[in-house]
Amino acid sequence: MQLGQHLPVLQVVIPLLSAPLCLLLRNGRLAWMFTLAVSWLVLAGAVWLLLQVLAHGTVSYALGAWPAPWGIEYHVDHVSAFVLLIVSGISAVVLPFAGISVAREIPADRVSLFYTLYLLCLTGLLGIVITGDAFNLFVFLEISALSSYALISQGRDRRALTASYHYLILGTIGATFILIGVGLLYMMTGTLNMQDIAVRLPAVTDTRTVRTAFAFLIVGISLKLALFPLHLWLPNAYTYAPSVVTAFLAATATKVGVYVLLRFVFTIFGAAFAFQVMSLGPILLVLALLAIFSASTVAIFQDNLKRMLAYSSVAQIGYMVLGISFASLTGLTAGILHLFNHALMKGALFLALGAVFYQLGTVQLTQLRGLGRRMPWTMAAIVIGGLSLVGVPLTVGFISKWYLILAALESGWWPVAVLVLLGSLLAMVYVGRLVETAYFHAPPEDDREVREAPLSLLLPIWILILANLYFGIDTSLTVGVARQAAALLLGVSP
Amino acid sequence: MLLSFLAITTIAVVRLRDLFAVVMLFGIFSLLSAAIFVTLDAVDVAFTEAAVGAGISTVLMLATLTLTTRTESPPRHGTLLPLLVVCVTGGALVYGTLDMPRFGDPQAPIHQHVAPRYLQDSPAEIGLPNVVTSVLASYRGYDTLGEVTVIFTAGAGVLMLLGAIRRRTACCDDTGKGGSAVNHNLVLRVVAKILIPFVLLFALYVQFHGDFGPGGGFQAGVIFAAAFILYTLIFGLAAARAVASPGVLRVLSALGVLLFAGVGLAGIFAGGDFLDYGVLASHPVAGQHLGILLIELGVGTTVAAVMIMIFYLFAGRTR
Amino acid sequence: MATVLGLYNYWIAIFLMMAGFYVVIAHGNLVKKIVGLSIFQVAVFILYISMGKVQGGSAPILAAGVTSYSNPLPHVLILTAIVVGVATIALGLALVIRINEAYGTVEEDNIHSQDEPE
Repeated sequence: MQLGQHLPVLQVVIPLLSAPLCLLLRNGRLAWMFTLAVSWLVLAGAVWLLLQVLAHGTVSYALGAWPAPWGIEYHVDHVSAFVLLIVSGISAVVLPFAGISVAREIPADRVSLFYTLYLLCLTGLLGIVITGDAFNLFVFLEISALSSYALISQGRDRRALTASYHYLILGTIGATFILIGVGLLYMMTGTLNMQDIAVRLPAVTDTRTVRTAFAFLIVGISLKLALFPLHLWLPNAYTYAPSVVTAFLAATATKVGVYVLLRFVFTIFGAAFAFQVMSLGPILLVLALLAIFSASTVAIFQDNLKRMLAYSSVAQIGYMVLGISFASLTGLTAGILHLFNHALMKGALFLALGAVFYQLGTVQLTQLRGLGRRMPWTMAAIVIGGLSLVGVPLTVGFISKWYLILAALESGWWPVAVLVLLGSLLAMVYVGRLVETAYFHAPPEDDREVREAPLSLLLPIWILILANLYFGIDTSLTVGVARQAAALLLGVSP
Repeated sequence: MLLSFLAITTIAVVRLRDLFAVVMLFGIFSLLSAAIFVTLDAVDVAFTEAAVGAGISTVLMLATLTLTTRTESPPRHGTLLPLLVVCVTGGALVYGTLDMPRFGDPQAPIHQHVAPRYLQDSPAEIGLPNVVTSVLASYRGYDTLGEVTVIFTAGAGVLMLLGAIRRRTACCDDTGKGGSAVNHNLVLRVVAKILIPFVLLFALYVQFHGDFGPGGGFQAGVIFAAAFILYTLIFGLAAARAVASPGVLRVLSALGVLLFAGVGLAGIFAGGDFLDYGVLASHPVAGQHLGILLIELGVGTTVAAVMIMIFYLFAGRTR
Repeated sequence: MATVLGLYNYWIAIFLMMAGFYVVIAHGNLVKKIVGLSIFQVAVFILYISMGKVQGGSAPILAAGVTSYSNPLPHVLILTAIVVGVATIALGLALVIRINEAYGTVEEDNIHSQDEPE
């Protein structure tokens, strides 16, 4: 038995199997340690898979030993391996943080259930990324979606319940749209395997049915990834979810949504159909720019910091989609790169807010006055993460913006490049507001004893912050893989 | 024509404000669609839709109504924008149908590429007459593992939302509410006592007969759960909990998934791929039989356990 | 005319989908939204199953003397989708119950007005 050969399926089945096991563990602390161990194992698997893909190219695995269009296939290429790494990496960093944070935010008798659902969510996200089958994607999409609804609803504020409900309604509409799209594609091609659909699609591509399928898939996926103006579920969901859930989902779930968009647009329909026949480019471009400007502007006026960052997420998704809308090698590289980079920034920032919440019990801006001196490490992390969000050199944010602007200039769209810079200015305003309050305002009157967050919270935050800096300087790994992934999607040499 | 009935039911659902009636109509809607599935040759789907839509979903909706409210407030917003969205979406879909292969056309691409192999080769490869079971449990068995995981997720999610807290109302006073109306009716109790074993027996039949006729783990699980729900309604929540305690259900719901995934891993340890049943026995077809039997058992266990658990949680919420 | 007859099933399915979809987005009652969502999904199931029908075919349970069967694959997919649907509904209704406990109402407008003054 060669374990390495089964790696693609183990990557998903290990967390899947662990979830029911975790339910059987009644002790919350034990459940946490178990989940942590599983998550690290999954990260090791993801690294191994990425190395395999880099060395030998695409890896394919036939589930149930049935060959591809008849059975379900797992298909790992550069794109999926890279996103797998993001998802499992973020999970591996978030979980150590979860230990005491979850213990404080979730009632003790529900902690092991919480980790069960967390594992299911991880399973779903990994399963979406790794599968090569359009319907299997829908199934795992629902696993991740249902578990996220349940996780979000566990926030302390009662608004977590309504946020979760709205996400459930909109998410299910999105999933049903995707189901309709997949159904129409299946109807026209007779197959569900993505590679196989791509092969058989050109013969029927000039039909109204295929065009409709495309439209439904794009709308459904846009709902899932919270593309403006379908982002309405996101701000509340991220604001009221437990800290750990927000950090994990903000850094992974929308990224997986973007991945699904890439998969359908480039692998299945092909860039030529999507961008020439359906003129997806200008549509995405306009929506992305609207997302960047409207959401950034709204973010400036938020007093709840989690909500501020949630709107900032909507804007950042705009940047990713902007890169995709160029449909050029540099543009796609920028988009895929930003998947990774944004996961690092938002993971770090939401975790840091989680630490603030752990100590203060609130993330209202006014309560953060003078916090720079009382929680120096946490606030320093927020400042660096914020600078990364703005796109200051030596951070990953700069690298993303650099490639985006490069792509815009390459396509001859210099106004877009100017707009990207203006968008950064807006980010500067909302980050600046936070920094000003924390460092230049006197602490509130009722001088409660506020101490720095414990080390087990600080460590994960700083790992991500250091990653923000490291990958902002040494870009060989990230840009290299993103470029290869982009080339693969476009079918050109890198 | 059945489809027209469906359309009428749907319009009534849209218009009515009495939620109780709406839910009842939804049950009818489900039954009608099940009938349509039968006419479209999808007997397995019909079976499931009837059990799920008209059974479980309706019961859960009714339970929710008793906990919340029966009537809907009149809408205060303009209906223009939603109407516009719906028209655009519907228009797009109708536009998409124009190039579709005609209904029932045997030459349609959908019947040409992947499906014929299931119909032609599954007798030799799997050896079951019910092709739907073959595809569900073997060719696309991994989807089914995903499906069981979805059910398990829902179970865990509902447990998280409705478990714990408010326990004071849950256990002790359920003579007063919930099944109270039928609680002391002797005839009902006797009939139920006679009926329930048969329902359970039927569930077992469906569980193991799915290879040959319509049925399988999922349907069996739902029927099994339905028997329990009936028991709960008549004998009260406390009595039902004595038969199957929430703790046991929690374990069972996990065990079903573990069994399914375990069979998959057994495939790897036996030298094949994940969920490769062919390597589980000396002869591939025998292996397929064994694998399908086991995973269907896993599906049935998890589905029944989760459904009963969800029902307990909803019923235990009664104030 | 052949077009109308050949596509009638699909059109009804689309009508049902849109009716369900309308209930979801236009109504403010949280329970009714879930009912709408269900109808939307069941209508999609009808669309799928309609695709799989072969004129003159029979149910895909192999039997001697039958030569034409309807396509089993859509049936399999929809079995899975039904399960996913009921899972979603259960979770949604559980949320509704909790919302009702927290707010004392299941009408969207009333919930909004309660959360307004922060």
